Amino acid sequence: MILIRAIGLTLLLVIASLLPSSAAEADLRATIAKFATATNFSGTEAVVRELAASGDPAVERPLSALADGNLYIRKSDSQVFVGKEAGDGIELLDPLSGEKAADAAKTDLTKIKVNNGLRRTIRDALGTLTLRAKDAGVRLAAAATMFKTPDAANIEPLDAAIAAETEPGVKALFEQARAASVLVSDKPEADKLAAISLIAARGDRDALSLLTSVEASSQGPVKDAATAAIGTINSTLALWDAGQNIWYGISLGSVLLLAAIGLAITFGVMGVINMAHGEMVMLGAYTTFVVQQVIRTSFPGLFDWSLVIALPLAFLVAALVGLAIERGLIRFLYGRPLETLLATWGVSLILQQAVRTIFGPTNQEVGNPSWMSGSFDIGQLAVTWNRLWILVFALLVFGVLLYVMKRTPWGLQMRAVTANRRMAASMGIRTPWVDALTFALGSGIAGIAGVALSQIDNVSPNLGRGYIIDSFMVVVFGGVGNLWGTLVGAFSLGIVNKFLEPYAGAVLGKIVVLVLIILFIQKRPRGLFALKGRAVEA
Amino acid sequence: MRGNFSTITKMFSAGVVAAGLAMSAPAKAADDTIKVGILHSLSGTMAISETTLKDVMLMLIEEQNAKGGLLGKKLEAVVVDPASNWPLFAEKARELISKDKVAAVFGCWTSVSRKSVLPVFSELDNILFYPVQYEGEESERNVFYTGAAPNQQAIPAVDYLMSADGGSVKRWVLEGTDYVYPRTTNKILEAYLKAKGVPAEDIMVNYTPFGFSDWQTEVSAIKKFGSAGKKTAVVSTVNGDANVPFYKELGNQGVKAEDIPVMAFSVGEEELAGLDTGPLVGHLAAWNYFESVDTPENKKFIDDWHKFIKSDKRTTNDPMEAHYIGFNMWVKAVEKAGTTDPDKVIDAMVGVSVPNLTGGYSTMMPNHHITKPVLIGEIQADGQFETVSQTPGLVMGDEWSDYLPDSKDLISDWRAPLSCGNFNVATGKCGGKGTN
Repeated sequence: MILIRAIGLTLLLVIASLLPSSAAEADLRATIAKFATATNFSGTEAVVRELAASGDPAVERPLSALADGNLYIRKSDSQVFVGKEAGDGIELLDPLSGEKAADAAKTDLTKIKVNNGLRRTIRDALGTLTLRAKDAGVRLAAAATMFKTPDAANIEPLDAAIAAETEPGVKALFEQARAASVLVSDKPEADKLAAISLIAARGDRDALSLLTSVEASSQGPVKDAATAAIGTINSTLALWDAGQNIWYGISLGSVLLLAAIGLAITFGVMGVINMAHGEMVMLGAYTTFVVQQVIRTSFPGLFDWSLVIALPLAFLVAALVGLAIERGLIRFLYGRPLETLLATWGVSLILQQAVRTIFGPTNQEVGNPSWMSGSFDIGQLAVTWNRLWILVFALLVFGVLLYVMKRTPWGLQMRAVTANRRMAASMGIRTPWVDALTFALGSGIAGIAGVALSQIDNVSPNLGRGYIIDSFMVVVFGGVGNLWGTLVGAFSLGIVNKFLEPYAGAVLGKIVVLVLIILFIQKRPRGLFALKGRAVEA
Repeated sequence: MRGNFSTITKMFSAGVVAAGLAMSAPAKAADDTIKVGILHSLSGTMAISETTLKDVMLMLIEEQNAKGGLLGKKLEAVVVDPASNWPLFAEKARELISKDKVAAVFGCWTSVSRKSVLPVFSELDNILFYPVQYEGEESERNVFYTGAAPNQQAIPAVDYLMSADGGSVKRWVLEGTDYVYPRTTNKILEAYLKAKGVPAEDIMVNYTPFGFSDWQTEVSAIKKFGSAGKKTAVVSTVNGDANVPFYKELGNQGVKAEDIPVMAFSVGEEELAGLDTGPLVGHLAAWNYFESVDTPENKKFIDDWHKFIKSDKRTTNDPMEAHYIGFNMWVKAVEKAGTTDPDKVIDAMVGVSVPNLTGGYSTMMPNHHITKPVLIGEIQADGQFETVSQTPGLVMGDEWSDYLPDSKDLISDWRAPLSCGNFNVATGKCGGKGTN
């Protein structure tokens, strides 16, 4: 009964929404209804093409819903709706007007399947339809799509759009898209040559891709012009590639710096061979995960702030664990490096297994806040936001740490204890507590590194394992006991690594770097920036 | 007070012993039970994947006991932890067979762990069920391979990408982690692609180390390779943990599935659980099972799993289905042989046919590989796969690839009278050349 009434009601709604409509809209609805009878991808594609051929901007709503996987067929009456998740069920919206039509449970609906081919078809179709959209961003996207899928039929709508366009940036892109379409049309040679020079000015990979296919499919002066343009683009891109390698190297360096900077304190300043350092990084990452879980369930609006909130907490958690390790274990082992190494290795295993027992062995999802997702372009160089923020963050942490070490009384005590423990003690410094706090500081810094690394790596119990070797490498290479050494060491290792990678491959590149470091340590056993003074010999 | 080391060592070793005790399952021998060994890493790098398989085995054994056990006896699981340490796999396998006297072992994930236990199984004559997709080029009398061979995953996946539905791909990036599975699979794929007329300059092969996390250079190299005016796809044999940063980088650098799709062989529901899949919609994976497959058998399996693991967030995946098939095959073969004696069970296994979770039957073939359907799925925003293509029938596992010169003449048939894992049809002799 209820079902029949519901159907009746929707039918009424549908009829009501049909009443003011024109014949064109009825046609569109008839076409959309065909989605229900399409049995495979090519069937659905035929319907998409038919909708696109109507040229009516109203088809944008159902088409983009389809591309996002939000177009549904109601099983009871084979009607097509746009679906929106609402609690446990799905809110059904009219595919053309977007008004709410009904509610339904997921089991009453069939989702219309899409694959990559269909998504491409839809994207191309929407490109032509959204050339005159109000939003400049949408017009830009449309132009970008049309540039990638040139078609002689695009020239006419693009001409109209160029004439009507007021925004210079969008207009330029429209002209490039038009040029791309001219190249595949049967326009005269002069037009094509002009188009090639317009596209060559773009100078990016998309232009290169297009010109390469033009070069392969044409003859005479057009082919020559394309070949020349490809040569010019390739030589500019080679320069950009070098810039890109430097950026990637700096970015890898910042990750190394973050991972190693805590170790620069515990190992570099205190001399403790701390194999549990990686696990402090892991604890920081798991703190981020817990913070995000709480925010997701209780305060979803704060999600973009989750990392900022996680930072002090991660510092606290890792510092407390570090303090406990120092007080409970390491203070008994000062001056016995081999035993410290084994004991901290044991601690690292215990911490890993504890996290595995509490959170399970699988990866945990740590989301990227919106300001850390995506990328922007500087010329031909794509800079991803998360890498940029991690670089800024690493330098910030380094700066703060340097200030603490060089400018605060606590830092002074730390350096005094490191330089000469007995002398410092006789000056009234409580060396055991300075030891404990220094270790806690190093651990806490590792914890906040974990917050940043959770954005680019797996949050799993094994997270720390991947960083421990690199961290030791950076600290030893840079010079034990010297923060500046760690900074320079991290960035130079990062850049050398990234310059080797494209030529030698990632595996061989890493081996070469390792061999270089071994040779370097043979020559300068104390690293890049060796500490000087009597304390070193002691 | 420095240096009270002996107390610490004592504390530490006590902790280790306690942890060890907690981990090993009750191994008290009772004569009226049949013991089943479970050889999966519960700690170390592989714990992320293998712990789930241990759990699914415990669930299957519990279910079988609820059904009345096997041959009138109860089944008893013996769980050991080889700790992602390859030599320890061999040691633990020996312990399971000689000390615990198990009737069969379900275990291993990486190929290197399988290779390390092979001699133990043939020496002590026991049975290993291996549930993971692997590189092929092997067929042992004591091992039953319930995961996919390359022709049950890699080759159909490439065929799909070449088809009009898959985007008629012309240029190929073979991206893998640097170890035996990706290297052998890529060797087979390269030979296959060349046989299909793909020129060498349209194939790019690249390897990265285990647990690789800085993918910037690799992803930009893929973008560069993809801008040659031909449709490009990435075939990824990147393993385990390295996948998450790889996909994050793809998403951030804006590599969209519509432009350059990535087809993965080692990414399942479990790996996606640690990722925001929004930017990855449309990237592909080839498996023999997806959690999203809509069959009554699969629904029951997922419900049972959620009940057993007491969480409805845990996903199911392809190797779990492989264990489901393998365990049911073993039960059927034991019933057929009327004994758990490995020798008799090995002979009884060939030809056994049990339902799989995708709505058909899988059969154990004479080469100790099984028949399976091949599914191609696209990643969805909810972290699941949606099947976009499926082989029309079942595909039989081909252990010796037809595309490698060293193995194309080899076949395997463990039935009498041939009873040989690498019979060379060209020379007519058993013991031909294998690549490994």
